[in-house]
Amino acid sequence: MSLSSRHLLGLQGVPREDIQLILDTAQTFKEVLQRPIPKVPTLRGKTVVNLFFEPSTRTRISFELAEKRLSADTVNFTASSSSVLKGETLRDTARNIEAMKVDIVVIRHSAAGAPHFLSRHVRANVINAGDGRHEHPTQALLDMMTLREKFGTLEGLRVAIVGDIANSRVARSNLYGLRTMGAEVALCGPRTLIPAEAELWGVPIFYDVDQAIAWADVLNVLRIQRERQARGYFPSLREYHMRWGITRKRLEKAGKPIVIMHPGPINRGIELDSDLADSEFSVILDQVTNGVAVRMAVLYLLSGETSVD
Amino acid sequence: MNEPQQAKRVLIKGGTLLDPKRRSAEQVDIVIENGRIATIGRIEEASFSGDVVDARGHVVCPGLLDLHVHLREPGQEDKETIATGCQAAMAGGFTAVCSMPNTDPPADNRSVIEFIRERAAGRLVTVYPIAAITKGRQGEEISEMADLVEAGAVAFSDDGSSVKNTAVLRRALEYSSMFDVPVIEHCEDPYLDEGGVMNEGFVATELGLPGMPRIAEEIIVQRDLSVLGYVGGRLHIAHVSTRGSVELIRRAKEKGLAVTAEVTPHHLALTDEEMRRFDSNFKMNPPLRTAEDVQALIEGLRDGTIDAIASDHAPHCVHEKDELELEYAPFGVIGLETTLGVVLRVLVQEHSFPLAEVLDKLSYQPARIIRKEETLTIREGAQANLTVFAPEERWRVDANRFFSKGRNTPFRDWELPGRVRAVFNNGLWWRREA
Ligand SMILES: [Zn+2]
Repeated sequence: MSLSSRHLLGLQGVPREDIQLILDTAQTFKEVLQRPIPKVPTLRGKTVVNLFFEPSTRTRISFELAEKRLSADTVNFTASSSSVLKGETLRDTARNIEAMKVDIVVIRHSAAGAPHFLSRHVRANVINAGDGRHEHPTQALLDMMTLREKFGTLEGLRVAIVGDIANSRVARSNLYGLRTMGAEVALCGPRTLIPAEAELWGVPIFYDVDQAIAWADVLNVLRIQRERQARGYFPSLREYHMRWGITRKRLEKAGKPIVIMHPGPINRGIELDSDLADSEFSVILDQVTNGVAVRMAVLYLLSGETSVD
Repeated sequence: MNEPQQAKRVLIKGGTLLDPKRRSAEQVDIVIENGRIATIGRIEEASFSGDVVDARGHVVCPGLLDLHVHLREPGQEDKETIATGCQAAMAGGFTAVCSMPNTDPPADNRSVIEFIRERAAGRLVTVYPIAAITKGRQGEEISEMADLVEAGAVAFSDDGSSVKNTAVLRRALEYSSMFDVPVIEHCEDPYLDEGGVMNEGFVATELGLPGMPRIAEEIIVQRDLSVLGYVGGRLHIAHVSTRGSVELIRRAKEKGLAVTAEVTPHHLALTDEEMRRFDSNFKMNPPLRTAEDVQALIEGLRDGTIDAIASDHAPHCVHEKDELELEYAPFGVIGLETTLGVVLRVLVQEHSFPLAEVLDKLSYQPARIIRKEETLTIREGAQANLTVFAPEERWRVDANRFFSKGRNTPFRDWELPGRVRAVFNNGLWWRREA
């Protein structure tokens, strides 16, 4: 079994069989992670470079851990600013990667399409670890893995994504991936943070979070960037919390089981009440564990290796 | 490349003379002597001594004129120079270009206009400089328009942005009206487009790219038309890209307002779907819009709402355009060498426009806007300002073979009809080798 593409650039257009395969493989790796020595020689001799043009401790650590568990050689490259400011173009970066004979590139970048650009210029397999506001496929895969574990299937599951939809790569990847897997998706947030013509996605859009809660089995709560308020997308964090913040009171009022996810890091008390993150509603820690397993699966499947151990 | 030669004695043999002015097509021979049209009629090749252009199956038409070209000199000679821009124009069939004033320093005073004219002197391609509407293109004080017109400016524009302050735009239209020179507006509300990368709509939403809404253009078109209606003058709308803008201009023309408009080949040929490739060669301002807008632009050209086709040739260096992330790359694409081919393909082949009509929008119509129609006259005794092209000859766009310094074309690898074989102007002529 193998994936239909050499790269993982996003989940839009990725066939169901591929997502299925990644999730099934991730489940196998999760078992590996529970062994006393949670390490397999699968990627021994392979070189993975982690290119992080944007700070992201969580995602970087998750990928690094996945690579180590697979016995890959890893090279980390972190740059706090975009390549423009550095004076080196992304094309130069691609040339350097080519010269280094790298097998897999993991790239996180503040500009949408940077992984796509790279994939046109390097022979290595490219994994998108988040590109601008576009996609964050491994995040959505770990979200789907977590939900599949919790509910047994994604088919028919109702997932409401709450928050800054316009600027969220997590929202897009979840939307594309979940719908491919037969789940229903709804979007919820202030009108100013729902992107133009989002209705063409053909999903319910709620401006009222209580309606979204009433509709959903799962809430995927996005991190709200404080700069959005500064730029006038909503009047204050206080009002955001009042209208769209997920609180225990809101969940209890719904009177039904509901699962809370969050891609992290959480602004406690703004998009999510402080105690909810650690409550019975939350699967946030499962998300973190599954993140490593999913990334191992993607690395392994793209590497072209044929056996896990 | 081969340089233009003195047009001492040249015979254009057997071409189809297509003069949009006369709307007639006839197969004739044309003799050019010392840069002037000596004879239009039947000439026996055997009895002729001089250079011969075998133009059988070719179209001979007035030299094309491009209203909207960024020659980048002075100040950004790494992107383009007046010399390379003129070569690109020539290779694309243009014998005249209007240079946009967003140079460094900007063309907001007589010395820059004179510099451009000096650099352009003696070339086959005529450069008509456009001067800035406001000093430093800052949108605050109008430039010395009388002096600039006297120095040779044919129009005013702060292209790259609109005149933000409506009162300043009003003064510019009032003041320039004394010289019968148009104000060319790049219509864009800077607040609505702030941070934008592509057309706002579903494609941008799917890609997570910040949008530039169509109303950002239309609001300024509407504002400018209101001001024009109030104070008069002449207004030319650069690179119209939306259906709403076409409708606004159409209504203004019906009311008799002195407004003209241009459209670019890329806005006629491409839509925002191209952005799915995340390729910065499709990033320009105004951005590529939707199929519905493209349709409206074509209708606007057909019914005369849009007067002219202009390239908005905007060269950039490879390292600052092709090699950058889409979100960080600058706006702009080149077009001088592909415009004729693209409009032949899109308008003539795909939308059955008469060839004469398309050539009109590339010659007489733009020339009329800057009052240079007389330079296009085709008759015995007139200066030879002619373009000869093979309408059926197909060629593949190879950015590495452009005469322009720019490689930033959205038409890479397109197969285009219409190869320019020769151009004549200013006593010179050039023919494409092989
Ligand atoms: Zn412009």
